[in-house]
Amino acid sequence: MLDAVKGFGVTFAHMFKKTVTTKYPEAPDPVAPRYHGRHILNRHPDGLEKCIGCELCAWACPADAIYVEGADNSDEQRFSPGERYASVYQISYARCIFCGLCIEACPTRSLTMSNEYELARDNRKDLIFTKEMLLAPLLAGMEQPPHGMRLGDTEKDYYLGALTNPGTSAGAETKQ
Amino acid sequence: MNPTLADFGKDPWWIILIKVVAVFVFLVVMTLFTIWYERRVVARMQVRPGPNRNGPFGLLQSLADGLKLAFKEDIMPLKADKVVFFLAPVISTVCAFTAFAIIPFGPFVSMFGVRTPLQVTDIPVAVLLVLATSGIGIYGIVLSGWSSGSTYPLLGGLRSSAQMISYEVALGLSIVAVFMTANTMSTSEIVSKQAEQWYLIALLPSFIIYAISAVGETNRAPFDLPEAESELVGGFHTEYSSLKFALFFLAEYINMVTVSALATTLFLGGWQAPWPITQLGPWVNQGWWPLLWFTVKVLILLFVFVWLRGTLPRLRYDQFMRFGWKVLIPANLVWILVLAGVRTLQRENLTTGQTLVWIGVALAVVIVAAALWPSKKDQPKQTVEEQVASRPEGSFPLPPMDLQIPVSPRAKRITADRETV
Repeated sequence: MLDAVKGFGVTFAHMFKKTVTTKYPEAPDPVAPRYHGRHILNRHPDGLEKCIGCELCAWACPADAIYVEGADNSDEQRFSPGERYASVYQISYARCIFCGLCIEACPTRSLTMSNEYELARDNRKDLIFTKEMLLAPLLAGMEQPPHGMRLGDTEKDYYLGALTNPGTSAGAETKQ
Repeated sequence: MNPTLADFGKDPWWIILIKVVAVFVFLVVMTLFTIWYERRVVARMQVRPGPNRNGPFGLLQSLADGLKLAFKEDIMPLKADKVVFFLAPVISTVCAFTAFAIIPFGPFVSMFGVRTPLQVTDIPVAVLLVLATSGIGIYGIVLSGWSSGSTYPLLGGLRSSAQMISYEVALGLSIVAVFMTANTMSTSEIVSKQAEQWYLIALLPSFIIYAISAVGETNRAPFDLPEAESELVGGFHTEYSSLKFALFFLAEYINMVTVSALATTLFLGGWQAPWPITQLGPWVNQGWWPLLWFTVKVLILLFVFVWLRGTLPRLRYDQFMRFGWKVLIPANLVWILVLAGVRTLQRENLTTGQTLVWIGVALAVVIVAAALWPSKKDQPKQTVEEQVASRPEGSFPLPPMDLQIPVSPRAKRITADRETV
């Protein structure tokens, strides 16, 4: 008998509860620290790219979302320490499933993922992110390549503990 | 001094014009406000904020929706009866507006030096006017359903008219008790008669029946069967778009405001201030203040409409009709009979002994009637064999009850293989 009336109490009481709606466009909820967002191509502290154009990320990708063309560095045109760099680097976010296998495959910690998830675009072409879009921004002390190796004589200095080498470009993983 | 029937019909024409325009504006603003109010309240009940982006607290949301509706394409279905298709929403809306003419908003006020009651007009059968207009308003719905030249609107219109006519009976009967108590049908006088005590207390069963049938009458949840999306798409206004649809929407919300205002007038003391406020002094029931009490009472009733919508699931059509015809109307008739008996006893100046005798007689009649009421005999349950035997000639052949299904050759082979291994 009273059960029929109980529902009115439930709805009335719910009016005074905190709403569950998030203020999305104005104040988006913070994501988990290791959220799989869009990718970043990181840089060494002097601004040289970490990517060596090895294509392991492209091979690891189960959705075939990554396209890499490697090219040789020369002393005049140096983009990364060592022999090779990626002259073309594209990730199609129409294909990417954000599994993170590319991150695991990357031998230089060049490719990491940021927390940015607002990737909707109004046409397919804009979903293909080029190298310029993926590259981490130049922080203080960095210089736009091509330029010589400022932090060592050989590429081994960049990799083998000659300098403190954070896995990512500091500050580039959060939303700009 | 509260206005009576004799105080109406003496306004100069410009006062009437002001009142008519004011009521029109009140209703349109109330509609816009109620849509926002409903969406906000039902949203809070569902633990979400509701429309909050247009204007402060989203108050301009319904205005934005209305403007959008006006700019949409006005589609005239090929099979529609064009004249009736156009007239139907007009009938609905005009009837909805007309009903509000007799709602008393307050007592005498001074308008540009003219002392006039805060009510467009009053007539000796004012409450019946509301019933009449809502009765004609059903034409709008049934004609819109018919003239759309489409199946769903036709079914929805028929459903809607059947529902509204059924619940109008219960609605009309619930008001009878008010007439019997107030001895008048004029709304202004009914309000004055409630100065001492609201009819809500004296006529609680009537109020409950009125409230339930008002929800059915306005096609609101849980009685919103005409618009049952899952069954009838949009009901009678499926084929309507743009301003014609807006008119139906307007009429629906005005009807909600009207039944709320009528409930306020008939049961909740009309524009008179509720009890704790009346202690502040006589000024609370004078001048423009009663407009506030009236609006607050209407808004509380509108909240109940929204509360119902937020709480109850939609009824099935047969449950709904059974409830209207077999519960509300008989209960109403019994209540009116009891009330009439009580009134007669009070009028006859009987001694206590005689009163008790008459009450005893009434109780005896009820008990005898209950004892002699034919009870439904339980049908003896048929066994399966009897049911099979009683099937008519030429029925679809049934397999025998003890049917042995032969094992399939494949299963037999598999079993045989297993056994040999």
